[in-house]
Amino acid sequence: MEFFKIKKDIPFMSYGKVTTSISLVTFLLAVFFLATKGLNFGVDFTGGTVLEVHYAQPADINKVREQLVGVGLKEALVQNFGSSHDVLIQVPLKQNTMGAKLSEHVVETLRQQDASVELRRVEFVGPQVGKDLVENGAMALLLVSLGIVGYLWMRFEWKFGLAAIIANLHDVVIILGFFAFFQWEFSLSVLAAVLAVLGYSVNESVVVFDRIRENFRKMRKTEVSEIIDNAITRTMSRTIITHGSTQMMVTSMLFLGGETLHYFALALTIGILFSIYSSVLVASPLLMMFGVSREDFIKPEKTEAEEVLP
Amino acid sequence: MNQYPLWKYLLILFALLMGLVYTLPNFYGEAPAVQVLPLRSSLKADTALLARVDEVLKTAQLNPDVVSLDATSVKARFADTDTQLKAKDVLQAQLGEDYMVALNLLSRSPQWLPDYFNALPMYLGLDLRGGVHFLMQVDMKGALDKALESSSGDIRSTLREANIAYSGVSRDGSVVTTKFRDAGARSKGEEELKQRFGGVEFNTSEAGGDFLLHGRLKQQEQLRIQEAAIQQNLITLRNRVNELGVAEPVIQQQGADRIVVQLPGVQDTARAKEILGRTATLEVRLVDDEHQIGAGAVAPFGTEIFKDSDGSLLLVKKSVILTGERIDDAQPGFDSRNNEPAVHINLDAVGARKFKEATRENVGKRMAIILFEKGRGEVVTAPVIREEIGGGRVQISGRMNTTEANDTALLLRAGALAAPMEIIEERTVGPSLGADNIKRGFDSTKIGFIAIAIFMIVYYLMFGTVSVLALGANLLLLVALLSMMQATLTLPGMAAIALTLGMAIDSNVLINERIREELRNGVPPQGAIHAGYENAFATILDTNITTLIAGIALFMFGSGPIKGFAVVLCLGILTSMFSAVMVSRALVNLFYGRKARLNKVAIG
Repeated sequence: MEFFKIKKDIPFMSYGKVTTSISLVTFLLAVFFLATKGLNFGVDFTGGTVLEVHYAQPADINKVREQLVGVGLKEALVQNFGSSHDVLIQVPLKQNTMGAKLSEHVVETLRQQDASVELRRVEFVGPQVGKDLVENGAMALLLVSLGIVGYLWMRFEWKFGLAAIIANLHDVVIILGFFAFFQWEFSLSVLAAVLAVLGYSVNESVVVFDRIRENFRKMRKTEVSEIIDNAITRTMSRTIITHGSTQMMVTSMLFLGGETLHYFALALTIGILFSIYSSVLVASPLLMMFGVSREDFIKPEKTEAEEVLP
Repeated sequence: MNQYPLWKYLLILFALLMGLVYTLPNFYGEAPAVQVLPLRSSLKADTALLARVDEVLKTAQLNPDVVSLDATSVKARFADTDTQLKAKDVLQAQLGEDYMVALNLLSRSPQWLPDYFNALPMYLGLDLRGGVHFLMQVDMKGALDKALESSSGDIRSTLREANIAYSGVSRDGSVVTTKFRDAGARSKGEEELKQRFGGVEFNTSEAGGDFLLHGRLKQQEQLRIQEAAIQQNLITLRNRVNELGVAEPVIQQQGADRIVVQLPGVQDTARAKEILGRTATLEVRLVDDEHQIGAGAVAPFGTEIFKDSDGSLLLVKKSVILTGERIDDAQPGFDSRNNEPAVHINLDAVGARKFKEATRENVGKRMAIILFEKGRGEVVTAPVIREEIGGGRVQISGRMNTTEANDTALLLRAGALAAPMEIIEERTVGPSLGADNIKRGFDSTKIGFIAIAIFMIVYYLMFGTVSVLALGANLLLLVALLSMMQATLTLPGMAAIALTLGMAIDSNVLINERIREELRNGVPPQGAIHAGYENAFATILDTNITTLIAGIALFMFGSGPIKGFAVVLCLGILTSMFSAVMVSRALVNLFYGRKARLNKVAIG
């Protein structure tokens, strides 16, 4: 079986203007939503208390809410979590005067109404911790970016490193844009997914770049844009199949992994989709724009001619 | 050209066999067990203890499946939780307070696995097995304040010992100021104090006719005090956790001023928090009986008002004789004269000297032992000093019942935190949620794996099958590596297993696509296979290294769940390099490599 039997190279580079403007628009939209709506940071970053409780029979959300208001927790967010038996309660930090003791207090309150309440999970994060996490997350993002640019510079050329990282940071911003637009909860595991996407989607650019380098050596008389077109066309089959396979795993996590893995898998899905697009249609035009040329890889032919052979 | 030398096949076979051995314990699951740990250093976990545990269980007719001995404890495994709970009660009753009996889980795998290979199942994190995680912040300013307060006491006694006249010692923020009436006394005092307090720097000033001497803690002294405070708190927390009877607790320093406490399997979080969060510090001070106080009265200079447990007020001097750090041990017992419940306290050398001085000078007066919790003090007891007490052995008795004696002893023993602590992060996961998480993680990996397998086999036929086998080898090796290293597996870690599997197939797709391409260009099959593997390798290396960079950065800066994710991601990349390149090549070589004239390969 073969999905991609492409006889002629697809002239991707001639679409360069169109594709870069599409990315630019998506990118700007993402930045716009990030700026206006902002990320819905989870308790990991903002601090606060999250409780997950389980009832033997379907829980009455309104009653739970009333009970909490009764003990002064007016801003507690109460919602169903996964099933009608499970309830998620979020209390923001500023309302919490008891610190780590709040969770017992809440459970005790809920028990008065229904003794079957079972505490499944508590997360309490103080204000000091959230700040550290934001700083560490930013540091990790910076370090990954620098590491990748450095490695690609060493392996290829600075133009490749720069093109790849711009393309991938563009993916990251778009993932964040989605999270801002839909106000999905941005937790620590989503951050992990975002950083994993950064490492993973660079693979795409690397595979294409590898081909470009190879083509520069093999196809001596060809135009740069044709060389890139050929490299993209010939790696396209692999790109789609690889991403398809990874996406199968991620989809399985999205639906079977439960609430905790849901947003993690969602971030990966967006990242995977956009990394196909960006590595082909953002990184390569950028590379052209930076003026990649044969001389970046091949020494002038003169020196080869001067070699003395035994 | 597609032949591996024999040693390479053997190496791969060896790696896979090892992988199988270390993966095996994960299939047997875990059974409830009790763990017996000696709490005193004089007691050892040895064969005698093993025999004793065995006998206690036999007489109680609780038949353990296995009773085994390891470096620090004796473990007994049972068929069900019911027997386990009964066994815990029986053992605790029979062995007494010198041993801790904790509930635990033990692998059901056959004995030869741990015995010969040290093969254990993966170490599950709290989100998978259930339990409590606390992050505690140590109040470093509190530690310094306390050190300053105690040194102002020491300054007084030093000056008194050296017969140097001074008119007062007071503390303002981080400065301890001593007042002298003349410059001569001050220079004598400065000389004496400089000798005694190496960690304090002194300078002088004059104000309102007084000659002042200011003392500040030196930078390195502050660091030393803070380091000591963390260490003391770690020890105290360990003692407190021992009282909870938790198997395999984790109590570690994190960063400069934080402590992580992880208690697997603990469900009663309220009790755990109560015992851990008891930010109690103890101080011994003199009671001021000279002044009378009524309700609402202002405490005279140099004294403070505290309540005792009945609520009645007591006027206590501000200067501290001793702090809880000086208490080596405290045990409940009985007064030998009248058989009343009592607490016996052992002080360390410095404490004993200070206590001797204080009691000699204050016979007939009362001293108060004050317990500070969250900045509020309460008088535990205020006994009368009958005589000078030397040797560091102190007995407190009177107005106590046995339970109170027990509680007081416990507080004196474990209550000595060098600096107050606060819980700044808590993560509790119930056991049912943990089991759910395991099931979810396992299911999504399984379904994802099956989907990839079907697709690869349909799309690449024989080479797809080889890729799937290589992916299976990757999973085997990854789980084996995680079990071998006993790295903590969390839910994000399980997600990382699934993700690395999804990403690892990339290498095989690269290889297979290359082979197809070579075939399309008219290269004969053997040559195509060879060229496919050779050409794809550089790309595979590059792609894996970039992902590895991300993994390492995540590990360095990630905390908690992210770290677990990063560890698995990095290990997964390493195993996938091995399996996708070496294992799949070996399989292809075995299948196609020996055929001299190969006209067609099944690659779809």
